[in-house]
Amino acid sequence: MQQIILFLIKYKTDLVFILLFILALNLTFQAHTYHNNTFISSANYVTGHVLETSEHIDQYFDLKSQNEKLLEENKALRYQLFNDFNPEDTLIEDLNFITDTLYKIKKATIISNYYDKIDNYLLLKGGEKEGIKEDFGVISSKGIIGIVVDTSEDYARVISILNTNTSINAKLKKTYHFGTLSWDGKDPNRMNLIDVPRSAPVEVGDTITTGGRSLIFPEDIPIGVISDFELNQNAGYYTISVSLFNDMTNLKGVYVIEHSKKEEAYQLLNPELP
Amino acid sequence: MKIYFLNSVRFVILVLVQVLILNQFDILGYINPYVYPLLIILIPFNINSVQKLLLAFGLGICLDFFEDSGGIHAAATLIIAYLRPVLLRGVFGSSYDYQTLKFYDAAFKSRFLFVVLIVFIHHTVLFSLEIFSVNHLLYLFEKIIYSSVFSILLIMLILKLIQKDTK
Repeated sequence: MQQIILFLIKYKTDLVFILLFILALNLTFQAHTYHNNTFISSANYVTGHVLETSEHIDQYFDLKSQNEKLLEENKALRYQLFNDFNPEDTLIEDLNFITDTLYKIKKATIISNYYDKIDNYLLLKGGEKEGIKEDFGVISSKGIIGIVVDTSEDYARVISILNTNTSINAKLKKTYHFGTLSWDGKDPNRMNLIDVPRSAPVEVGDTITTGGRSLIFPEDIPIGVISDFELNQNAGYYTISVSLFNDMTNLKGVYVIEHSKKEEAYQLLNPELP
Repeated sequence: MKIYFLNSVRFVILVLVQVLILNQFDILGYINPYVYPLLIILIPFNINSVQKLLLAFGLGICLDFFEDSGGIHAAATLIIAYLRPVLLRGVFGSSYDYQTLKFYDAAFKSRFLFVVLIVFIHHTVLFSLEIFSVNHLLYLFEKIIYSSVFSILLIMLILKLIQKDTK
């Protein structure tokens, strides 16, 4: 017994190191899997407040460009309002899904935005108090941004589309060929659309939008345009490089989308669950 | 007691500087300098080793909270705190063993070497855990080397700025 205690005292530094290191690695591995990291999250009181305060100061230096963005969006919305609008004609920046009451829209502000890592997250000002919950989609006026993964009273943590763990159902706007959108961890302006069948007429410059096969994003939210593509001869699938409409490095005001019939749809999809 | 106070202040300042200022930097898109290892460089040389490890873990986990990065900062900071005595002995030689070492009394060359080693080890562990895939090996090396250069420059600058004039 005494020897064990002596051993513990002698190697206490190494033991503490090993213990803490295993804990740190454990947290790291948890973070590498989607949806499984609730302990280390910036959506808590302290980090939320610090980032929010910094954001308040930061805002003043960015007012001009954010105002321009809003004006541009207003212009597009007014254009739709004044010109008796026909969904077939509207272009990229339409927000016609707002008229669909299946989806409820809430506004929120981004207070922390990372895009230089492999797995990026954003933090929103706006949490459970505003009715924001897990699995809500986040978009801006120009395209999709991410999915809410964790919420607290006032803040929500969002997994960015610039995260190697996200995969989003997307389609060619023209022809309804579906594929999966993912990120390779390099360029924050570029994503890859994989698994598009070879029968699809792919052309550089075509628009990619969300597919509407998930319960998170409505259909036809703009994502980006095709900048490059190649056909995998063996598998018969295209790998398409998409350049995003959204500048993911400069985001402020965003919209959070709630699918109001999500519970019902889940129950239909998984009837065995209570 | 004074040491505890001083290091707590440094802790808070370094975390805030890192999160609020340096994390907004993105030189060439992916270079992000980290200066918070400075705390581990500057803690007293004769500090209790368990306290040192706990401090390192706390510092790392604080950054992980802000960056939503799991435990990568905690792991990297723990490693440099644990390896610090070995590095100090290797770089400063016998004056470390006799406990007479003062950081600013040492030659510039050995101070610089010490900072380089600490930052390089820290960044290697940090980015390896962050990227965590052999598919991005070249990207990983680029990120380690470029970010290290900027971090080392910044840390050496700060060390120079906070040096007390004793001559």
